[in-house]
Amino acid sequence: MPIGVLLKQVPDTTAKIGVSGGRVDESAVSKWSMSPYDEYALESALRVKESSGGAVVAITCGPARAAKMLTDAAAVGVDSLMHVQIGSQDSLDSTQIQSILAAALERAGCDVVFCGKQAADTNGGSTGPGVAMLMDASCVSHVSEVSADGGGYLALRASPSGDERVHVSAPCVFAFDKGSEELRRPNVRGIMMAKKKVIETVSPGDLGVSMDESRVTLVSHSPPPEKPPGQKFEGADSVATVVGKLRDEANVI
Amino acid sequence: MDVTVIADSTADGLTPVTAQLVGAAASIGGTSTVLCPGGVGASEAASISGVSKVISVEGDCFGTYEGGAWATALNSQASGDLVLAAASPRGRDIAASLAAIREIPVIQDATGLEAGMVVTRPIYSGKAMETSNVSGPCVITLRANAFDSAPEGGNADVNTVNQTADVGLAVKEAIAKASERLDVTEADIIISGGRGMGEPSNFSHLNEVADMIGAAVGASRAAVDTWDEIPHSMQVGQTGKTVTPSLYIAVGISGAIQHLAGMKTSKYIVAINKDPDAPIFGVADYGIVATWEDALPALKSELAKL
Repeated sequence: MPIGVLLKQVPDTTAKIGVSGGRVDESAVSKWSMSPYDEYALESALRVKESSGGAVVAITCGPARAAKMLTDAAAVGVDSLMHVQIGSQDSLDSTQIQSILAAALERAGCDVVFCGKQAADTNGGSTGPGVAMLMDASCVSHVSEVSADGGGYLALRASPSGDERVHVSAPCVFAFDKGSEELRRPNVRGIMMAKKKVIETVSPGDLGVSMDESRVTLVSHSPPPEKPPGQKFEGADSVATVVGKLRDEANVI
Repeated sequence: MDVTVIADSTADGLTPVTAQLVGAAASIGGTSTVLCPGGVGASEAASISGVSKVISVEGDCFGTYEGGAWATALNSQASGDLVLAAASPRGRDIAASLAAIREIPVIQDATGLEAGMVVTRPIYSGKAMETSNVSGPCVITLRANAFDSAPEGGNADVNTVNQTADVGLAVKEAIAKASERLDVTEADIIISGGRGMGEPSNFSHLNEVADMIGAAVGASRAAVDTWDEIPHSMQVGQTGKTVTPSLYIAVGISGAIQHLAGMKTSKYIVAINKDPDAPIFGVADYGIVATWEDALPALKSELAKL
């Protein structure tokens, strides 16, 4: 069974986000990239494949532009690509996204899933654990390393007191934090091969998921609240003044 | 309106966010039933004003963390159309699992909540805000320090129920933190260093200041990427931790958009940087243009006078 990797294309973390007419202006985004935590999930899935065989299928749910990200994933070694094409993600709530992804994973025959702990645009963190519930799988969250171990997997995850190495068997979902492995970059051969890779493009309906009305409706986007300008002081002599202000004006020390 | 609140706790008891969840519920006219996973903090929760009942949910599954298993056990005790949890790593995980079990939407990391269910939250790591309307039952996690705490003074009954669920994973090894320092996500004051600190060993000066005021020590992505000695667990920013302490002190951090995304909603920000044009001064309440070599000794001696 192939390993499934859930990927999302997001504005690059260095891109400026502008709001116009109550909506984030996607047309002004200078660069779209694979969400950073998803990159670590992908890297780890490829390493597991290299050590214990099998195949990796990358799945995304997004508009037409997201196809480029799947091709980028193929360039570093993903075997097959599935694109669940939707118009705008603003109209889908968490239950809908998770149903779509769970159905796509089922179609691809995956019972082991790698994904990022949250996407860099919506910053939610619901997809991994939610999809796991729908698959009746264990979700290991905040993972930085995964390796095959006998019939199962060993994962390193963050815990309140440090880290834990946990053992888990399929069906399972690994939701990645920043991983400990260096990310691979595509080589020329990989890029050429990826251009020929066929993307299986499907609709939610093709997956048997009916899109009822979303229970979460976007009212508006807005720019973040502006902070009043701060006070600036020259030289280390001003430290005493600032400490005084922290104590008397801000009451934080 | 009945609201189910999932207590946020550490091994030592409730975190301050739990009272904020109850406060947020009260602000929209809700009375809270607080569920304490594994029974942690049940008597503390009972003393929060506005809590009508505390359910201490105890079971074997709470010995090993698995969000889905905990959510399954908690779900049997959850009632009402609104479930609130903390937007902490575990809180988000449990909230998402619970919402999936109940087949209702989850909205994470809210910073604003109005009756009729209008939810505001930061997106793109704080580069924009999103306001949505939710119809029907839902699960919402709230960002720490974004809502006023409910006061103490409650006297709710504590019911203990035994409820467990299957745990699909086993902990093989626990690896203790490299240092006993407070985690940046738990601290009310954070002092962070960037590449401007010159050498990782110079973080010892930040540690000294931190010890004087009970602060956690953080770092910028540039520092974490440059020096192996500075672990990713200290990283504040878009690919690190998002923090909202009362006081954030940035030392030798230029203020890349990546870093600002993780800390700019801190209540007060102090920036110490030798470059007067560093972007960090744009978000600082109090900026000090100085080298850390000059500023930190002065800071230590001033703090010693408090």
